[in-house]
Amino acid sequence: MSARGKNLAAAGLLALGLGMMALGLWRGEATVVWRKAAQICLECIGLA
Amino acid sequence: MPEKKLPRPAGTGRKRPAAARLRLGVQLGWSALTNGYLAGFVQGKIYTGPAKSLCVPGLNCYSCPGALGACPLGALQATVGSAGYQMAFYAVGFLMAVGAVLGRFVCGFLCPFGLVQDLLYRIPLPGKKKKGKLLPGDRVLRKARYVLLVVFCLLLPMAAVDVVGQGSPWFCQYVCPSGTLLGSVPLLTANAALRSAIGPLWVWKMALMAVLLALGTLYYRPFCRYLCPLGAVYGLFNPVSLYKIRVDEAACIRCGRCRAICGFDIPVWQRPNSPECIRCGRCVEACPTGALRMGFSVHRRPTRYDLAP
Repeated sequence: MSARGKNLAAAGLLALGLGMMALGLWRGEATVVWRKAAQICLECIGLA
Repeated sequence: MPEKKLPRPAGTGRKRPAAARLRLGVQLGWSALTNGYLAGFVQGKIYTGPAKSLCVPGLNCYSCPGALGACPLGALQATVGSAGYQMAFYAVGFLMAVGAVLGRFVCGFLCPFGLVQDLLYRIPLPGKKKKGKLLPGDRVLRKARYVLLVVFCLLLPMAAVDVVGQGSPWFCQYVCPSGTLLGSVPLLTANAALRSAIGPLWVWKMALMAVLLALGTLYYRPFCRYLCPLGAVYGLFNPVSLYKIRVDEAACIRCGRCRAICGFDIPVWQRPNSPECIRCGRCVEACPTGALRMGFSVHRRPTRYDLAP
């Protein structure tokens, strides 16, 4: 793949990623992440 | 006619080159910035504000007392294991967007656990240079991170659910040494109530972390190379990411200095955007002809070779 083709692929993946993030936010996934991250994760620290 | 003597490349002398110092500065600064909740370290608590819904790019446990953001791998497992979601568009989209722009630059510059391993590898130990750069069985071992990504970060959290349909973050629970070092150690040090809950799982995680840290004094970033699912994801983007290494074929003399200085033994002139490369930039510094260029720009810089008398 040419350098230009790779850059276009990266731009396409970036746009797709941003679109997926927007969809995730719309579905309320950021709240799921916050609920997990704002409590001490007992699994992460090896206690559960 | 005598062969033109190449100037001594940066990165091969005793003094650490400017790019390496800059990288260390970025690593330290980023880790401090994203783990800046100092009260957490003192009180044995974690930050619970709204920023915790935002992912940071590196493997930064959200149960680190100082963490201001969320680990993207933890976010991925939390969402796919959450009843009613199954697909993690937010976390996957984040990984895709960051990967498309930076690739494994994240590993080299923006990962706190990568920084820990970099510092460990600086410890001078006798006989370190005589052994090989890679663990025996490297070709097989380095596929383990893909297995951990698919099985421990996706399939098990999605499939092994409890009665209310909630899955566990299997990678965080049984493997992640970042959670042990940056989360468990400081939290349990400052929080007696948590210390009273120590059991066999904690012993397992501490033992695994100790082995990985010990290996990290002998081998360059063994966790990143063999076990990190986040590195596996970003590595898939390395060949196309906007931030990349480019080789000027006309200037490259195939001397092999890039491979010699690479901690992962990558033949950079052949595979500049290998999924293993963490963009540390040591090869770029070491190249005697300036044939390697790392960054967003496609332009070739003036080289030491060009300027040599």
